Amino acid sequence: MNVQEIRSMFPSLAQSVYGRPLVYFDNAATSQRPESVVSKWDSLVHGSNANIHRAVHKLAADATEEYESTRDAVKRFINASDRREVVFTSGTTEGINLVAFSFGEAFVHEGDEIIVSEEEHHSNIVPWQMLCQRKGALLKVLHVDDEGHLETERLRTLITDRTKLVSVAQISNVLGIENPVKEIVNICHSRGCPVLIDGAQGIVHSGIDVQDTDCDFYVFSGHKLYAATGTGVLYGKASWLERMVPYKGGGEMIDHVSFSGTTYAPIPGKFEAGTQNINAIPTLKPAIEFVNLLKDSELIQNQKTICDYLSYELGKRVHLYGVPRGTQHKVPVFSFTAGAAHHEDIALLLDKMGIAVRSGQMCAEPLMDRFGVTGMVRASLAPYNTMEEAELFVKSLDKAISMLL
Amino acid sequence: MNSLEEAKQAVIDDFSMYDEWLDKYEYLIDLGKNLEAYPEDKKTDDRLIKGCQSRVWLDWTVKEGRIFFQADSDAIITKGIISLLTSVYSGRTPEEIAGDDFSFISQIGLKENLSPTRANGLVSMIETIKEAARQNCPKSEIVDK
Repeated sequence: MNVQEIRSMFPSLAQSVYGRPLVYFDNAATSQRPESVVSKWDSLVHGSNANIHRAVHKLAADATEEYESTRDAVKRFINASDRREVVFTSGTTEGINLVAFSFGEAFVHEGDEIIVSEEEHHSNIVPWQMLCQRKGALLKVLHVDDEGHLETERLRTLITDRTKLVSVAQISNVLGIENPVKEIVNICHSRGCPVLIDGAQGIVHSGIDVQDTDCDFYVFSGHKLYAATGTGVLYGKASWLERMVPYKGGGEMIDHVSFSGTTYAPIPGKFEAGTQNINAIPTLKPAIEFVNLLKDSELIQNQKTICDYLSYELGKRVHLYGVPRGTQHKVPVFSFTAGAAHHEDIALLLDKMGIAVRSGQMCAEPLMDRFGVTGMVRASLAPYNTMEEAELFVKSLDKAISMLL
Repeated sequence: MNSLEEAKQAVIDDFSMYDEWLDKYEYLIDLGKNLEAYPEDKKTDDRLIKGCQSRVWLDWTVKEGRIFFQADSDAIITKGIISLLTSVYSGRTPEEIAGDDFSFISQIGLKENLSPTRANGLVSMIETIKEAARQNCPKSEIVDK
């Protein structure tokens, strides 16, 4: 399968901006959506639009089937052993907040510790800070070295008997390097400490086998994975989910309600209060089907060629953060600074040339501080991006930098 | 000194020479590079303007009933915009500034041509200039547009 066949599945990629063909290099923020995802949404809104689980009528049964079969599709996609371990959320942020609250209320007490890494997105920092403030617990940081590599070995000394959970990204949204999550899980488990993996970027580029990785929690967003916005998944081992308190109270999450006391539904319903995003969640099915298409060897080779080209060409021109070492796997997420040229100026000029990149702190202010920069430019690619686009990007970047310096 | 209206018209005339976005930006970058140096000791948090992806510091002093603005940014295009704004509004009376509607910004196509985050920064910059003027208006003369 070639890249043009993939591109043709995405109507939004055919547009122009400021009279120039769009080059969309901001995929780490959100991906474009294939026609199959849009038509799934359409068919649910126009056809089986009804609330799920409770009603006995035909539309409700169809909507329930769409929703629950998505749970099975996600279960297979991440290789969970039990469909009850798949909880639908609005995205990665909600998934982490849910665990920070529900796990935190059940297991974290004054004087306990949570560990996150220095390269985390704000959404994998702030919920834990809030938990620690609430409980009088301590948030500890696993640092990265001067080149942005996670100091995984230091985890062995960082974990203490008071450490209740370690939460790290599978792939940083700035650095684009796969972290050794299996090794991290092994280290943590050897100390009896559970692990949450933030898979917001990882699910897109590497996928996950939650049984093989043996992580306790795994979270990701649908909208970075070609599905609709407002969709997400929290995977949690049943043994944890069953012992955690509910996150939100309301309909669907209950067993019996009375003023003398309420009992909760079994998992995953306990964590799915209220009407979920029922028209959007099923778009994860065509999105997963699309991701499975990407296992094609021609596409993988094409993306590797582009990734190597950009690593080389950008390496000559700008300061890249997240350069792989040895056998480390680099995904096409390139964050950089360009001397005295400001990240915002570069992004603004590239935008006028039709190229969409991200600039700023990338929701990772501690990592920016670590490198002593106020922000970076980030070009993040998807399998529908072409070599021609990469070449145009490099040429346009040269032009922008020459205008600014 | 030329009037406020004349100063605005001069900026509009300058921009009307350029049809291409590239030329407009090159002009802004040039203005940014030539902006009068801003004192390092005035790069303080209370002079920092919120709402910009780039950092913008704006300082002002009042001399003989007129407000003089001095500003800086770590981004060059933003500095160019600062240069435009100070060339128009610096040395005006608080009443003149507080009574102005700042519509010349859209006349030169700056607001539309800049990205939403940038436009927010521009709005914040203008708000700060207006606020400085309001603080220096005698109470009875405050005009809120």
